Amino acid sequence: MLIHKPADVPPSEITPRSLFERRRNFLARSGTGLVAGAALWHGLPGAARASTRLQTVPSALSTTEPLSERDAVTGYNNFYEFGTDKADPARNAHKMEVRPWTVRVEGLVGKPRRFDIDELLRLAPLEERIYRLRCVEGWSMVVPWVGFPLAALLKEVEPLGSAKYVEFVTHYDPKIMIRDVLDWPYTEGLRLDEALHPLTLLAVGVYGEALPKQNGAPLRLVVPWKYGFKSAKSIVTIRLTEKEPATAWNKFAPQEYGFYSNVNPEVRHPRWSQATERRIGELRKRPTQMFNGYAEQVASLYQGMDLKKFY
Amino acid sequence: MNLSLRSPSAGTIVAFKAIVFALCLLPAVNLALGWQANALGANPIETITRASGEWTLRLLLITLAVTPLRRFSGLHWLLRLRRMLGLFAFAYALGHFAIYLWLDQFFDWNAIALDILDRPFITVGFAAFVLLIPLAATSNSFAIRRLGGRRWQSLHRSVYAIAIFAVVHFWWLVKADIGRPLLYASILAVLLGLRGWWRELERRRQLSVPPPAKHLEKKVIRLVPRQ
Ligand code: HEM
Repeated sequence: MLIHKPADVPPSEITPRSLFERRRNFLARSGTGLVAGAALWHGLPGAARASTRLQTVPSALSTTEPLSERDAVTGYNNFYEFGTDKADPARNAHKMEVRPWTVRVEGLVGKPRRFDIDELLRLAPLEERIYRLRCVEGWSMVVPWVGFPLAALLKEVEPLGSAKYVEFVTHYDPKIMIRDVLDWPYTEGLRLDEALHPLTLLAVGVYGEALPKQNGAPLRLVVPWKYGFKSAKSIVTIRLTEKEPATAWNKFAPQEYGFYSNVNPEVRHPRWSQATERRIGELRKRPTQMFNGYAEQVASLYQGMDLKKFY
Repeated sequence: MNLSLRSPSAGTIVAFKAIVFALCLLPAVNLALGWQANALGANPIETITRASGEWTLRLLLITLAVTPLRRFSGLHWLLRLRRMLGLFAFAYALGHFAIYLWLDQFFDWNAIALDILDRPFITVGFAAFVLLIPLAATSNSFAIRRLGGRRWQSLHRSVYAIAIFAVVHFWWLVKADIGRPLLYASILAVLLGLRGWWRELERRRQLSVPPPAKHLEKKVIRLVPRQ
């Protein structure tokens, strides 16, 4: 914790986490070139880390802010299927099998089809995208995702002119997941133009390695300008639709969670002020930025819309 | 053993009090050590906010459980632990509120005022806390003497409202999983239900008591304490 940082170590002596991680990434990348698919095979934790690094290219869309601790990213999760405490997913998600895994892409598309996960891993070059993540509960992190733009996948299936929305359906197995709380399976949705936006990512890894299961292995959505719950985990179906799809939290409490759920410090939530956030690892809260700091890239998507009404 | 438990010596009671005192301190010590060791998870402020709130609620319920326990067990000296338990509930509430003011909000008085006015779960939590203050302030023999037993007792009946507010506070703050608030609400319902039931029994008993025999009139001294 910041306040416990020993005062006798000058700041210049402390390697910033991000720099440290990037050096490691660099070392790994410059080592033996690994085939991404093989590396993802087991999603091995701990000891095998060094050998499971994904080959990635850096992205101009990454932030330069310091990364959140890996333990926070992989140990403090909302993945309600595995329990509602933040530590539950890391404890329970190991029960989920992530191989074999197929993703159906269907609905209003010219070429509906099923993709094997290993096929998806080769669909486009894997990029490292360092994004801010803002949870609706008022905390945030900076996460080095690995993935590829959702647009690359959608292009493969050729969306029809009638397609206006994209629905994401996630894995649900009542034998290993909880049965109550929300209406399972968890579903999410985006407008098609949001889905095609270059920031919208399908992530397969984090911290240079395959996604841990609690982070939504083997494939999850990452939409950095929206509250975290929009970024559905462990996706099994992607469906293009004409009508706005129902989304899990919106069905549960429509007055609290809108379809758009863009990060917006001016639209308060009945339970949490959205004006500020606590960056995990920091003590004091910081102001929340419009669209989580991605206004320059995405504000044009919402031109003319009343964002208080379409929250 | 049984005998000594029913009417323990003054020394035994002091020993019991010391044990309960230490047990009540334990969660706070645990949190302090965890904080020091950076072992409270990724969001330690959330951890201590929640833990202090949950211990406040638990201690409130334990305090409310003293009277039923005493009635069921016949261990009347349990009553002598109640003041300490209630004061510990207040101490944890104070800690919980202080953590909120300081670590959560960093004394941003605007945000705090807005929270209290605008966010229902904070409003009821705040009400519970404010109502606890007069109870804590009068939890001493001096105040009981000054107020007189009856007035003191009717003041302290507000603890029932406080406990209800506390459970509502918890209920309203959870996002979706009402499991734990429901558990505490059930415990509170039993504790309050027992009191309602006893009241009813007492009312019926008083209605059915036959008029005292003429020759005993004015000679019977009431030994049963008023509830
Ligand atoms: C008698 C008074 C109070 C009791 C019994 C109480 C109890 C609780 C409980 C049981 C929790 C949830 C713990 C958990 O999630 O595990 C909680 C959380 C919380 N309470 Fe209180 N509380 C009281 C007063 C207050 C006051 C006065 C405030 C602020 C003005 C406050 C602010 C909060 C906050 C911010 C949380 C955390 C919410 C979150 O993490 O989402 N509470 N409290």
